[in-house]
Amino acid sequence: MSQSVPLSSSTVRPDQQPLKTFRPDQRSFLDVLGRWSFVLPILLLNLIVVIVPSIFSFYVSFTKWSGYGTPTFIGLQNFQDLFQDRVFFKALGNNLSWTVFFLIVPISMGLLGAYLLSSIKRGQLFYRLAFFIPYVVSSVVNTQIWRFLLNPRSGIGAWLADRGIPFLNFAVLGTRDTALIGVAFVDSWHFWGFLVVIYLAAMTAVDIELYEVARLDGASRWQQFWYVTLPSIRPTLVFTILMIIIWSSLTFDYVYIMTGGGPAHASEVMSTYLYDQAFSRFEIGYAASVGVMMTIWVMLTVSIFVFLRKRGWEI
Amino acid sequence: MIRSQRTQSTFINHFVLSMLAVFALFPLVILAINSVKTTAEIGRNPYGLPLEPRFQNYVDAWEQGKFATTLGNTIILTAGTITGVLLLASPAAFALARLKLRGSDFLGFYFMIGTSLPPFLFIIPLFYMWRQLGLVNSHLGLIIIYCALFSPFATFLLRSYMVALPEEFIEAARIDGASNWQVYRSIILPLSWPGFLTAGLVVGLSVWNEFLFGITFLQKPELKPLSTSLFAFQQRFVRDWGLTNAGSVIMILPVVVLFLVLQRRFVEGLSQGGLKG
Repeated sequence: MSQSVPLSSSTVRPDQQPLKTFRPDQRSFLDVLGRWSFVLPILLLNLIVVIVPSIFSFYVSFTKWSGYGTPTFIGLQNFQDLFQDRVFFKALGNNLSWTVFFLIVPISMGLLGAYLLSSIKRGQLFYRLAFFIPYVVSSVVNTQIWRFLLNPRSGIGAWLADRGIPFLNFAVLGTRDTALIGVAFVDSWHFWGFLVVIYLAAMTAVDIELYEVARLDGASRWQQFWYVTLPSIRPTLVFTILMIIIWSSLTFDYVYIMTGGGPAHASEVMSTYLYDQAFSRFEIGYAASVGVMMTIWVMLTVSIFVFLRKRGWEI
Repeated sequence: MIRSQRTQSTFINHFVLSMLAVFALFPLVILAINSVKTTAEIGRNPYGLPLEPRFQNYVDAWEQGKFATTLGNTIILTAGTITGVLLLASPAAFALARLKLRGSDFLGFYFMIGTSLPPFLFIIPLFYMWRQLGLVNSHLGLIIIYCALFSPFATFLLRSYMVALPEEFIEAARIDGASNWQVYRSIILPLSWPGFLTAGLVVGLSVWNEFLFGITFLQKPELKPLSTSLFAFQQRFVRDWGLTNAGSVIMILPVVVLFLVLQRRFVEGLSQGGLKG
Protein backbone atom coordinates (compact mmCIF):
# COMPACT_ATOMS: atom_id res chain seq x y z
CA MET A 1 0.00 0.00 0.00
CA SER A 2 2.66 2.52 1.03
CA GLN A 3 4.63 1.73 -2.12
CA SER A 4 1.85 1.99 -4.64
CA VAL A 5 0.57 5.35 -3.49
CA PRO A 6 3.45 7.69 -4.50
CA LEU A 7 4.15 5.63 -7.60
CA SER A 8 0.72 5.91 -9.15
CA SER A 9 0.03 9.43 -7.97
CA SER A 10 3.12 10.64 -9.84
CA THR A 11 1.85 9.05 -13.06
CA VAL A 12 -1.70 10.34 -12.73
CA ARG A 13 -1.09 13.81 -11.36
CA PRO A 14 -4.32 15.67 -11.98
CA ASP A 15 -2.67 18.83 -13.31
CA GLN A 16 -0.98 16.84 -16.11
CA GLN A 17 -4.20 15.23 -17.27
CA PRO A 18 -5.64 16.90 -20.36
CA LEU A 19 -8.77 18.70 -19.30
CA LYS A 20 -10.75 17.85 -22.42
CA THR A 21 -11.42 14.27 -21.25
CA PHE A 22 -12.68 15.43 -17.86
CA ARG A 23 -16.25 14.56 -17.05
CA PRO A 24 -17.91 15.29 -13.72
CA ASP A 25 -18.23 11.61 -12.83
CA GLN A 26 -14.67 10.79 -13.78
CA ARG A 27 -12.46 11.46 -10.81
CA SER A 28 -8.73 11.81 -10.51
CA PHE A 29 -6.78 9.23 -8.58
CA LEU A 30 -6.01 11.75 -5.85
CA ASP A 31 -9.67 12.48 -5.43
CA VAL A 32 -10.50 8.79 -5.10
CA LEU A 33 -7.62 8.38 -2.69
CA GLY A 34 -8.84 11.41 -0.77
CA ARG A 35 -12.25 9.84 -0.38
CA TRP A 36 -10.84 6.48 0.57
CA SER A 37 -8.53 8.05 3.18
CA PHE A 38 -11.62 8.42 5.36
CA VAL A 39 -12.12 4.66 5.50
CA LEU A 40 -8.54 3.40 5.22
CA PRO A 41 -7.65 3.50 8.94
CA ILE A 42 -10.62 1.38 9.93
CA LEU A 43 -9.99 -1.06 7.07
CA LEU A 44 -6.33 -1.49 8.00
CA LEU A 45 -7.11 -2.03 11.67
CA ASN A 46 -9.75 -4.59 10.80
CA LEU A 47 -7.30 -6.28 8.46
CA ILE A 48 -4.64 -6.60 11.18
CA VAL A 49 -6.88 -7.65 14.06
CA VAL A 50 -9.50 -9.79 12.28
CA ILE A 51 -8.70 -10.76 8.70
CA VAL A 52 -5.01 -11.69 8.89
CA PRO A 53 -5.34 -13.81 12.07
CA SER A 54 -8.43 -15.47 10.59
CA ILE A 55 -6.52 -16.53 7.51
CA PHE A 56 -3.59 -17.61 9.68
CA SER A 57 -6.03 -19.69 11.73
CA PHE A 58 -6.87 -21.81 8.69
CA TYR A 59 -3.16 -22.52 8.24
CA VAL A 60 -2.64 -23.32 11.94
CA SER A 61 -5.52 -25.81 11.81
CA PHE A 62 -3.34 -27.97 9.50
CA THR A 63 -0.45 -28.01 11.97
CA LYS A 64 0.60 -29.31 15.33
CA TRP A 65 1.75 -26.39 17.44
CA SER A 66 2.26 -25.69 21.13
CA GLY A 67 2.49 -21.94 20.69
CA TYR A 68 6.28 -21.88 20.76
CA GLY A 69 8.66 -22.59 17.86
CA THR A 70 7.40 -23.28 14.38
CA PRO A 71 4.14 -25.14 13.71
CA THR A 72 4.60 -28.63 12.20
CA PHE A 73 2.45 -29.22 9.13
CA ILE A 74 0.35 -32.38 9.63
CA GLY A 75 -2.25 -32.04 6.89
CA LEU A 76 -5.79 -33.03 7.80
CA GLN A 77 -4.80 -34.89 10.96
CA ASN A 78 -6.54 -32.42 13.31
CA PHE A 79 -9.80 -32.71 11.41
CA GLN A 80 -9.59 -36.51 11.35
CA ASP A 81 -9.08 -36.45 15.12
CA LEU A 82 -11.92 -33.99 15.51
CA PHE A 83 -14.37 -36.26 13.70
CA GLN A 84 -13.55 -39.04 16.18
CA ASP A 85 -13.63 -36.76 19.18
CA ARG A 86 -16.69 -37.56 21.29
CA VAL A 87 -16.27 -34.41 23.38
CA PHE A 88 -16.37 -32.25 20.26
CA PHE A 89 -19.60 -33.88 19.11
CA LYS A 90 -21.01 -33.53 22.61
CA ALA A 91 -20.17 -29.82 22.40
CA LEU A 92 -21.70 -29.49 18.95
CA GLY A 93 -24.89 -31.18 20.16
CA ASN A 94 -24.97 -28.85 23.16
CA ASN A 95 -24.73 -25.85 20.85
CA LEU A 96 -27.71 -27.24 18.97
CA SER A 97 -29.71 -27.74 22.18
CA TRP A 98 -28.74 -24.23 23.21
CA THR A 99 -30.04 -22.88 19.88
CA VAL A 100 -33.37 -24.69 20.26
CA PHE A 101 -33.73 -23.45 23.83
CA PHE A 102 -33.02 -19.87 22.76
CA LEU A 103 -35.39 -20.04 19.81
CA ILE A 104 -38.20 -21.14 22.13
CA VAL A 105 -37.81 -19.59 25.58
CA PRO A 106 -36.52 -16.03 25.12
CA ILE A 107 -38.46 -15.49 21.89
CA SER A 108 -41.76 -16.57 23.48
CA MET A 109 -41.11 -14.40 26.51
CA GLY A 110 -40.01 -11.50 24.33
CA LEU A 111 -43.15 -11.74 22.19
CA LEU A 112 -45.39 -12.07 25.26
CA GLY A 113 -43.80 -9.09 26.99
CA ALA A 114 -43.86 -6.91 23.88
CA TYR A 115 -47.46 -7.81 22.97
CA LEU A 116 -48.73 -7.01 26.45
CA LEU A 117 -46.70 -3.79 26.55
CA SER A 118 -47.98 -2.66 23.16
CA SER A 119 -51.57 -2.56 24.46
CA ILE A 120 -50.95 -0.53 27.62
CA LYS A 121 -50.02 3.10 27.96
CA ARG A 122 -49.50 3.71 31.64
CA GLY A 123 -46.36 2.16 33.07
CA GLN A 124 -44.88 1.11 29.74
CA LEU A 125 -41.57 2.83 30.44
CA PHE A 126 -41.25 1.20 33.87
CA TYR A 127 -41.76 -2.31 32.51
CA ARG A 128 -39.43 -1.73 29.58
CA LEU A 129 -36.66 -0.55 31.91
CA ALA A 130 -37.24 -3.44 34.30
CA PHE A 131 -37.02 -6.02 31.51
CA PHE A 132 -33.96 -4.42 29.94
CA ILE A 133 -31.77 -3.93 33.02
CA PRO A 134 -30.43 -7.53 33.17
CA TYR A 135 -29.25 -7.06 29.58
CA VAL A 136 -26.87 -4.25 30.53
CA VAL A 137 -25.47 -6.10 33.55
CA SER A 138 -22.15 -7.89 33.09
CA SER A 139 -22.10 -11.66 32.59
CA VAL A 140 -19.71 -11.94 35.54
CA VAL A 141 -22.32 -10.43 37.86
CA ASN A 142 -25.38 -12.18 36.41
CA THR A 143 -23.69 -15.54 36.78
CA GLN A 144 -22.71 -14.66 40.36
CA ILE A 145 -26.36 -13.96 41.23
CA TRP A 146 -27.62 -17.19 39.71
CA ARG A 147 -24.86 -19.36 41.14
CA PHE A 148 -26.31 -18.26 44.46
CA LEU A 149 -29.95 -18.77 43.44
CA LEU A 150 -29.27 -22.22 41.97
CA ASN A 151 -27.05 -23.24 44.87
CA PRO A 152 -28.34 -26.41 46.60
CA ARG A 153 -27.79 -25.01 50.11
CA SER A 154 -28.98 -21.42 49.91
CA GLY A 155 -30.77 -21.27 46.57
CA ILE A 156 -34.39 -21.18 45.48
CA GLY A 157 -34.45 -24.98 45.44
CA ALA A 158 -33.71 -25.22 49.17
CA TRP A 159 -36.14 -22.41 49.91
CA LEU A 160 -38.91 -24.17 48.02
CA ALA A 161 -38.05 -27.50 49.63
CA ASP A 162 -38.51 -25.95 53.08
CA ARG A 163 -42.02 -25.07 51.97
CA GLY A 164 -42.78 -28.53 50.67
CA ILE A 165 -41.84 -28.19 46.98
CA PRO A 166 -38.70 -30.30 46.65
CA PHE A 167 -38.35 -30.67 42.85
CA LEU A 168 -35.55 -28.07 42.49
CA ASN A 169 -33.63 -29.05 45.60
CA PHE A 170 -30.38 -30.24 44.01
CA ALA A 171 -27.22 -28.79 42.49
CA VAL A 172 -28.64 -27.75 39.10
CA LEU A 173 -25.25 -26.69 37.72
CA GLY A 174 -23.41 -29.66 39.19
CA THR A 175 -25.70 -32.31 37.74
CA ARG A 176 -25.00 -33.69 34.29
CA ASP A 177 -28.57 -33.67 33.04
CA THR A 178 -29.36 -30.12 34.09
CA ALA A 179 -26.07 -28.17 33.88
CA LEU A 180 -26.53 -27.03 30.29
CA ILE A 181 -30.18 -26.08 30.62
CA GLY A 182 -29.37 -24.27 33.87
CA VAL A 183 -26.77 -22.10 32.15
CA ALA A 184 -29.00 -21.53 29.12
CA PHE A 185 -31.80 -20.46 31.46
CA VAL A 186 -29.55 -17.88 33.13
CA ASP A 187 -28.28 -16.51 29.82
CA SER A 188 -31.82 -16.20 28.50
CA TRP A 189 -32.93 -14.48 31.73
CA HIS A 190 -30.35 -11.84 30.86
CA PHE A 191 -31.31 -11.73 27.18
CA TRP A 192 -35.11 -11.84 26.77
CA GLY A 193 -35.68 -8.20 27.81
CA PHE A 194 -33.60 -7.16 24.82
CA LEU A 195 -36.04 -9.03 22.56
CA VAL A 196 -39.00 -7.31 24.25
CA VAL A 197 -37.62 -3.93 23.28
CA ILE A 198 -36.89 -5.01 19.69
CA TYR A 199 -40.32 -6.60 19.21
CA LEU A 200 -42.09 -3.71 20.90
CA ALA A 201 -40.52 -1.27 18.44
CA ALA A 202 -41.74 -3.43 15.56
CA MET A 203 -45.24 -3.82 17.07
CA THR A 204 -45.77 -0.10 17.60
CA ALA A 205 -45.20 0.35 13.87
CA VAL A 206 -48.12 -1.97 13.02
CA ASP A 207 -51.13 -0.16 11.53
CA ILE A 208 -53.83 0.14 14.23
CA GLU A 209 -56.57 -0.20 11.61
CA LEU A 210 -55.57 -3.80 11.05
CA TYR A 211 -56.45 -4.53 14.69
CA GLU A 212 -59.74 -2.65 14.39
CA VAL A 213 -60.74 -4.67 11.35
CA ALA A 214 -59.81 -7.86 13.17
CA ARG A 215 -61.84 -6.81 16.21
CA LEU A 216 -64.87 -6.03 14.06
CA ASP A 217 -64.55 -9.56 12.69
CA GLY A 218 -64.71 -10.78 16.26
CA ALA A 219 -61.08 -11.88 16.59
CA SER A 220 -59.92 -12.70 20.11
CA ARG A 221 -56.69 -11.21 21.47
CA TRP A 222 -54.89 -14.43 20.71
CA GLN A 223 -56.23 -14.39 17.13
CA GLN A 224 -55.21 -10.75 16.75
CA PHE A 225 -51.72 -11.66 17.87
CA TRP A 226 -51.52 -14.68 15.56
CA TYR A 227 -53.08 -13.15 12.43
CA VAL A 228 -52.16 -9.47 12.71
CA THR A 229 -49.16 -8.95 15.00
CA LEU A 230 -46.96 -11.88 14.03
CA PRO A 231 -47.22 -11.44 10.24
CA SER A 232 -46.66 -7.69 10.61
CA ILE A 233 -43.43 -8.02 12.57
CA ARG A 234 -42.13 -10.93 10.52
CA PRO A 235 -38.98 -9.20 9.20
CA THR A 236 -37.92 -8.32 12.75
CA LEU A 237 -38.74 -11.80 13.97
CA VAL A 238 -36.72 -13.40 11.19
CA PHE A 239 -33.79 -11.11 11.93
CA THR A 240 -33.76 -12.03 15.61
CA ILE A 241 -34.04 -15.73 14.78
CA LEU A 242 -30.99 -15.51 12.53
CA MET A 243 -29.06 -13.58 15.18
CA ILE A 244 -29.96 -16.13 17.86
CA ILE A 245 -28.82 -18.99 15.63
CA ILE A 246 -25.45 -17.33 15.11
CA TRP A 247 -24.97 -16.27 18.73
CA SER A 248 -25.98 -19.69 20.03
CA SER A 249 -23.20 -21.31 18.01
CA LEU A 250 -20.69 -18.90 19.55
CA THR A 251 -21.96 -18.69 23.13
CA PHE A 252 -19.11 -18.55 25.65
CA ASP A 253 -19.27 -16.29 28.73
CA TYR A 254 -22.07 -17.89 30.72
CA VAL A 255 -20.90 -21.47 30.14
CA TYR A 256 -17.25 -20.69 30.81
CA ILE A 257 -18.01 -18.77 34.01
CA MET A 258 -20.76 -20.97 35.47
CA THR A 259 -19.64 -24.53 34.74
CA GLY A 260 -16.46 -24.33 32.66
CA GLY A 261 -18.14 -26.92 30.44
CA GLY A 262 -18.55 -29.44 33.25
CA PRO A 263 -19.41 -31.63 34.98
CA ALA A 264 -17.55 -34.15 32.79
CA HIS A 265 -18.15 -32.08 29.61
CA ALA A 266 -21.93 -32.22 30.20
CA SER A 267 -22.32 -28.52 29.39
CA GLU A 268 -19.33 -28.21 27.04
CA VAL A 269 -19.94 -26.02 24.00
CA MET A 270 -17.63 -25.55 21.03
CA SER A 271 -16.22 -22.24 22.28
CA THR A 272 -15.31 -23.54 25.75
CA TYR A 273 -13.77 -26.64 24.22
CA LEU A 274 -11.68 -24.49 21.88
CA TYR A 275 -10.63 -22.22 24.73
CA ASP A 276 -9.58 -25.15 26.87
CA GLN A 277 -7.58 -26.75 24.03
CA ALA A 278 -5.86 -23.46 23.18
CA PHE A 279 -5.14 -21.85 26.53
CA SER A 280 -4.96 -24.76 28.99
CA ARG A 281 -3.65 -27.69 26.94
CA PHE A 282 -1.75 -25.60 24.39
CA GLU A 283 -2.94 -27.81 21.52
CA ILE A 284 -3.03 -24.72 19.33
CA GLY A 285 -3.44 -26.51 16.01
CA TYR A 286 -6.28 -28.66 17.32
CA ALA A 287 -7.99 -25.62 18.86
CA ALA A 288 -7.68 -23.77 15.55
CA SER A 289 -9.39 -26.67 13.79
CA VAL A 290 -12.30 -26.33 16.25
CA GLY A 291 -12.42 -22.64 15.37
CA VAL A 292 -12.52 -23.46 11.66
CA MET A 293 -15.36 -25.92 12.27
CA MET A 294 -17.29 -23.29 14.23
CA THR A 295 -16.87 -20.84 11.37
CA ILE A 296 -18.03 -23.39 8.81
CA TRP A 297 -20.92 -24.30 11.10
CA VAL A 298 -22.06 -20.67 11.38
CA MET A 299 -21.67 -20.05 7.65
CA LEU A 300 -23.58 -23.26 6.91
CA THR A 301 -26.54 -22.45 9.15
CA VAL A 302 -26.74 -18.95 7.75
CA SER A 303 -26.58 -20.24 4.17
CA ILE A 304 -29.34 -22.80 4.81
CA PHE A 305 -31.41 -20.00 6.26
CA VAL A 306 -30.80 -17.73 3.27
CA PHE A 307 -31.42 -20.63 0.87
CA LEU A 308 -34.77 -21.49 2.46
CA ARG A 309 -35.85 -17.87 2.28
CA LYS A 310 -34.90 -17.69 -1.38
CA ARG A 311 -36.98 -20.81 -1.96
CA GLY A 312 -39.89 -18.79 -0.65
CA TRP A 313 -40.27 -20.32 2.77
CA GLU A 314 -42.43 -18.29 5.06
CA ILE A 315 -39.68 -17.72 7.59
CA MET B 1 -70.00 -4.08 29.22
CA ILE B 2 -67.25 -3.18 26.81
CA ARG B 3 -65.64 -0.92 29.37
CA SER B 4 -65.60 -3.58 32.07
CA GLN B 5 -64.09 -6.04 29.62
CA ARG B 6 -61.37 -3.56 28.78
CA THR B 7 -60.48 -2.83 32.41
CA GLN B 8 -60.40 -6.54 33.02
CA SER B 9 -57.98 -7.13 30.19
CA THR B 10 -55.85 -4.15 31.31
CA PHE B 11 -55.74 -5.71 34.75
CA ILE B 12 -54.59 -9.05 33.34
CA ASN B 13 -51.96 -7.22 31.26
CA HIS B 14 -50.56 -5.46 34.29
CA PHE B 15 -50.66 -8.63 36.33
CA VAL B 16 -48.63 -10.65 33.79
CA LEU B 17 -46.26 -7.75 33.14
CA SER B 18 -45.66 -7.36 36.87
CA MET B 19 -44.81 -11.04 37.16
CA LEU B 20 -42.33 -10.63 34.31
CA ALA B 21 -40.85 -7.53 35.96
CA VAL B 22 -40.44 -9.44 39.22
CA PHE B 23 -38.75 -12.25 37.30
CA ALA B 24 -36.34 -9.76 35.70
CA LEU B 25 -35.57 -7.76 38.84
CA PHE B 26 -35.75 -10.03 41.90
CA PRO B 27 -32.30 -11.60 41.29
CA LEU B 28 -30.75 -8.14 41.19
CA VAL B 29 -32.65 -7.09 44.31
CA ILE B 30 -31.43 -10.22 46.10
CA LEU B 31 -27.88 -9.36 45.03
CA ALA B 32 -28.19 -5.87 46.50
CA ILE B 33 -29.84 -7.05 49.74
CA ASN B 34 -27.32 -9.80 50.32
CA SER B 35 -24.40 -7.48 49.69
CA VAL B 36 -24.98 -5.97 53.15
CA LYS B 37 -25.32 -9.22 55.09
CA THR B 38 -22.70 -11.37 56.76
CA THR B 39 -22.21 -14.77 55.18
CA ALA B 40 -23.67 -16.35 58.31
CA GLU B 41 -26.80 -14.26 58.00
CA ILE B 42 -27.16 -15.13 54.30
CA GLY B 43 -27.12 -18.79 55.36
CA ARG B 44 -29.91 -18.27 57.91
CA ASN B 45 -31.89 -15.63 56.04
CA PRO B 46 -31.11 -15.84 52.30
CA TYR B 47 -34.06 -13.80 50.94
CA GLY B 48 -35.19 -11.47 53.72
CA LEU B 49 -34.09 -7.93 54.47
CA PRO B 50 -30.85 -7.69 56.45
CA LEU B 51 -31.41 -7.71 60.19
CA GLU B 52 -28.23 -5.78 60.89
CA PRO B 53 -26.92 -4.18 57.66
CA ARG B 54 -23.19 -4.63 57.28
CA PHE B 55 -21.72 -2.04 54.93
CA GLN B 56 -18.25 -3.17 55.92
CA ASN B 57 -18.62 -5.73 53.08
CA TYR B 58 -18.09 -2.90 50.59
CA VAL B 59 -14.93 -1.69 52.30
CA ASP B 60 -13.58 -5.24 52.51
CA ALA B 61 -14.43 -6.03 48.88
CA TRP B 62 -12.93 -2.75 47.71
CA GLU B 63 -9.65 -3.52 49.47
CA GLN B 64 -9.36 -7.27 48.96
CA GLY B 65 -10.56 -7.14 45.35
CA LYS B 66 -8.19 -4.22 44.62
CA PHE B 67 -11.04 -2.28 43.08
CA ALA B 68 -9.09 0.96 43.04
CA THR B 69 -6.70 -0.63 40.53
CA THR B 70 -9.18 -2.66 38.50
CA LEU B 71 -11.75 0.13 38.28
CA GLY B 72 -8.94 2.34 36.99
CA ASN B 73 -8.00 -0.31 34.43
CA THR B 74 -11.59 -0.58 33.21
CA ILE B 75 -11.85 3.19 32.94
CA ILE B 76 -8.62 3.31 30.89
CA LEU B 77 -9.89 0.58 28.56
CA THR B 78 -13.35 2.11 28.22
CA ALA B 79 -12.19 5.67 27.63
CA GLY B 80 -9.40 4.59 25.28
CA THR B 81 -11.70 2.42 23.22
CA ILE B 82 -14.48 5.00 22.98
CA THR B 83 -11.96 7.61 21.80
CA GLY B 84 -10.35 5.27 19.30
CA VAL B 85 -13.62 3.93 17.93
CA LEU B 86 -15.11 7.38 17.41
CA LEU B 87 -11.93 8.66 15.76
CA LEU B 88 -11.91 5.70 13.38
CA ALA B 89 -15.60 5.29 12.77
CA SER B 90 -16.77 8.84 12.23
CA PRO B 91 -14.71 9.60 9.09
CA ALA B 92 -15.59 6.18 7.70
CA ALA B 93 -19.27 6.79 8.41
CA PHE B 94 -19.02 10.16 6.69
CA ALA B 95 -17.45 8.61 3.61
CA LEU B 96 -20.10 5.89 3.45
CA ALA B 97 -22.94 8.34 3.98
CA ARG B 98 -21.86 11.34 1.97
CA LEU B 99 -19.02 10.61 -0.46
CA LYS B 100 -19.72 8.47 -3.45
CA LEU B 101 -16.99 5.94 -2.92
CA ARG B 102 -15.84 3.96 -5.88
CA GLY B 103 -15.81 0.35 -4.68
CA SER B 104 -18.26 0.87 -1.83
CA ASP B 105 -19.78 -2.53 -2.67
CA PHE B 106 -16.47 -4.09 -1.83
CA LEU B 107 -16.44 -2.08 1.37
CA GLY B 108 -19.83 -3.38 2.43
CA PHE B 109 -18.71 -6.93 1.68
CA TYR B 110 -15.48 -6.44 3.60
CA PHE B 111 -17.32 -5.12 6.64
CA MET B 112 -19.82 -7.95 6.46
CA ILE B 113 -17.07 -10.56 6.42
CA GLY B 114 -15.02 -8.71 9.02
CA THR B 115 -17.90 -8.49 11.46
CA SER B 116 -19.34 -11.96 10.93
CA LEU B 117 -16.13 -13.92 11.43
CA PRO B 118 -16.45 -15.53 14.86
CA PRO B 119 -13.93 -14.26 17.43
CA PHE B 120 -13.00 -17.89 18.06
CA LEU B 121 -11.56 -18.10 14.57
CA PHE B 122 -9.06 -15.30 15.03
CA ILE B 123 -8.46 -15.06 18.78
CA ILE B 124 -5.74 -17.73 18.87
CA PRO B 125 -3.45 -16.42 16.09
CA LEU B 126 -4.17 -12.89 17.30
CA PHE B 127 -2.91 -13.85 20.74
CA TYR B 128 0.38 -15.14 19.35
CA MET B 129 0.74 -12.12 17.03
CA TRP B 130 0.14 -9.81 19.97
CA ARG B 131 2.65 -11.75 22.07
CA GLN B 132 5.29 -11.28 19.35
CA LEU B 133 4.53 -7.56 19.26
CA GLY B 134 4.66 -7.24 23.06
CA LEU B 135 0.99 -6.25 23.17
CA VAL B 136 -0.20 -9.02 25.51
CA ASN B 137 -0.57 -7.71 29.07
CA SER B 138 -0.82 -4.19 27.77
CA HIS B 139 -3.88 -1.94 27.95
CA LEU B 140 -2.93 -0.41 24.61
CA GLY B 141 -2.87 -3.85 23.00
CA LEU B 142 -6.39 -4.63 24.20
CA ILE B 143 -7.67 -1.17 23.26
CA ILE B 144 -6.45 -1.74 19.68
CA ILE B 145 -8.38 -5.03 19.55
CA TYR B 146 -11.53 -3.46 21.01
CA CYS B 147 -11.29 -0.62 18.47
CA ALA B 148 -11.18 -3.12 15.63
CA LEU B 149 -14.08 -5.14 17.07
CA PHE B 150 -16.45 -2.27 17.87
CA SER B 151 -15.70 0.30 15.15
CA PRO B 152 -17.76 -1.38 12.39
CA PHE B 153 -20.83 -1.17 14.64
CA ALA B 154 -20.14 2.49 15.39
CA THR B 155 -19.57 3.20 11.71
CA PHE B 156 -22.99 1.90 10.73
CA LEU B 157 -24.69 3.68 13.62
CA LEU B 158 -23.03 7.02 12.81
CA ARG B 159 -23.69 6.52 9.13
CA SER B 160 -27.43 6.29 9.80
CA TYR B 161 -27.23 9.67 11.57
CA MET B 162 -25.18 11.28 8.82
CA VAL B 163 -27.42 10.04 6.02
CA ALA B 164 -30.32 11.82 7.71
CA LEU B 165 -28.59 15.24 7.80
CA PRO B 166 -30.07 17.78 5.38
CA GLU B 167 -28.23 17.87 2.06
CA GLU B 168 -28.54 21.68 1.75
CA PHE B 169 -25.93 22.38 4.43
CA ILE B 170 -23.37 20.29 2.61
CA GLU B 171 -24.24 21.73 -0.79
CA ALA B 172 -23.86 25.26 0.57
CA ALA B 173 -20.41 24.49 1.96
CA ARG B 174 -19.36 22.83 -1.29
CA ILE B 175 -20.35 25.93 -3.25
CA ASP B 176 -18.13 27.92 -0.89
CA GLY B 177 -15.31 25.61 -1.96
CA ALA B 178 -15.02 23.44 1.13
CA SER B 179 -13.00 20.24 0.79
CA ASN B 180 -14.24 16.86 2.01
CA TRP B 181 -12.34 17.23 5.28
CA GLN B 182 -13.69 20.72 5.81
CA VAL B 183 -17.26 19.55 5.24
CA TYR B 184 -16.64 16.69 7.65
CA ARG B 185 -15.11 18.87 10.36
CA SER B 186 -17.28 21.94 10.23
CA ILE B 187 -20.67 20.51 9.23
CA ILE B 188 -20.99 16.79 9.80
CA LEU B 189 -19.25 16.55 13.18
CA PRO B 190 -21.19 19.29 14.98
CA LEU B 191 -24.51 18.05 13.64
CA SER B 192 -24.17 14.36 14.42
CA TRP B 193 -23.23 14.53 18.11
CA PRO B 194 -26.31 12.54 19.23
CA GLY B 195 -24.96 9.67 17.16
CA PHE B 196 -21.59 10.03 18.87
CA LEU B 197 -23.23 9.90 22.28
CA THR B 198 -25.22 6.78 21.40
CA ALA B 199 -22.27 5.00 19.80
CA GLY B 200 -20.00 5.99 22.68
CA LEU B 201 -22.45 4.65 25.27
CA VAL B 202 -22.91 1.32 23.54
CA VAL B 203 -19.18 0.84 22.95
CA GLY B 204 -18.45 1.89 26.52
CA LEU B 205 -20.97 -0.60 27.88
CA SER B 206 -19.55 -3.37 25.71
CA VAL B 207 -16.00 -2.72 26.92
CA TRP B 208 -17.08 -2.39 30.57
CA ASN B 209 -18.70 -5.84 30.43
CA GLU B 210 -16.36 -7.56 27.95
CA PHE B 211 -14.99 -10.86 29.18
CA LEU B 212 -13.45 -13.11 26.49
CA PHE B 213 -10.71 -10.80 25.16
CA GLY B 214 -10.12 -9.31 28.59
CA ILE B 215 -9.39 -12.66 30.20
CA THR B 216 -7.20 -13.74 27.28
CA PHE B 217 -5.06 -10.67 26.73
CA LEU B 218 -4.63 -9.29 30.26
CA GLN B 219 -3.32 -11.95 32.61
CA LYS B 220 -1.38 -9.95 35.19
CA PRO B 221 -3.66 -9.23 38.18
CA GLU B 222 -2.61 -5.58 38.37
CA LEU B 223 -3.68 -5.01 34.75
CA LYS B 224 -7.03 -6.81 34.84
CA PRO B 225 -10.27 -4.91 34.30
CA LEU B 226 -13.28 -5.20 36.62
CA SER B 227 -14.91 -8.08 34.76
CA THR B 228 -12.07 -10.59 34.85
CA SER B 229 -10.67 -9.49 38.23
CA LEU B 230 -14.16 -9.81 39.73
CA PHE B 231 -14.32 -13.31 38.24
CA ALA B 232 -11.02 -14.21 39.96
CA PHE B 233 -12.27 -12.57 43.16
CA GLN B 234 -15.48 -14.65 43.09
CA GLN B 235 -13.46 -17.82 42.66
CA ARG B 236 -11.15 -16.92 45.56
CA PHE B 237 -14.03 -16.19 47.95
CA VAL B 238 -16.49 -18.66 46.50
CA ARG B 239 -18.55 -19.18 49.67
CA ASP B 240 -18.25 -15.61 50.93
CA TRP B 241 -21.45 -14.39 49.30
CA GLY B 242 -21.68 -11.10 51.18
CA LEU B 243 -18.21 -10.05 50.07
CA THR B 244 -18.52 -11.10 46.42
CA ASN B 245 -22.01 -9.58 46.16
CA ALA B 246 -20.64 -6.26 47.36
CA GLY B 247 -17.93 -6.48 44.68
CA SER B 248 -20.57 -7.21 42.04
CA VAL B 249 -22.66 -4.22 43.08
CA ILE B 250 -19.59 -1.99 42.80
CA MET B 251 -19.11 -3.18 39.23
CA ILE B 252 -22.69 -2.73 38.02
CA LEU B 253 -23.74 0.39 39.94
CA PRO B 254 -22.24 2.90 37.46
CA VAL B 255 -23.73 1.00 34.53
CA VAL B 256 -27.24 0.76 35.98
CA VAL B 257 -27.29 4.41 37.03
CA LEU B 258 -26.06 5.60 33.64
CA PHE B 259 -28.56 3.32 31.92
CA LEU B 260 -31.49 4.69 33.93
CA VAL B 261 -30.44 8.26 33.13
CA LEU B 262 -29.79 7.75 29.42
CA GLN B 263 -31.99 4.73 28.75
CA ARG B 264 -33.40 5.96 25.44
CA ARG B 265 -29.96 6.28 23.88
CA PHE B 266 -28.83 2.92 25.22
CA VAL B 267 -31.91 1.13 23.92
CA GLU B 268 -31.73 2.84 20.55
CA GLY B 269 -28.03 2.08 20.11
CA LEU B 270 -28.18 -1.49 21.35
CA SER B 271 -31.20 -2.43 19.27
CA GLN B 272 -29.69 -0.97 16.11
CA GLY B 273 -26.35 -2.62 16.54
CA GLY B 274 -27.47 -6.15 17.19
CA LEU B 275 -24.57 -6.57 19.60
CA LYS B 276 -24.77 -9.52 21.95
CA GLY B 277 -24.05 -8.29 25.45
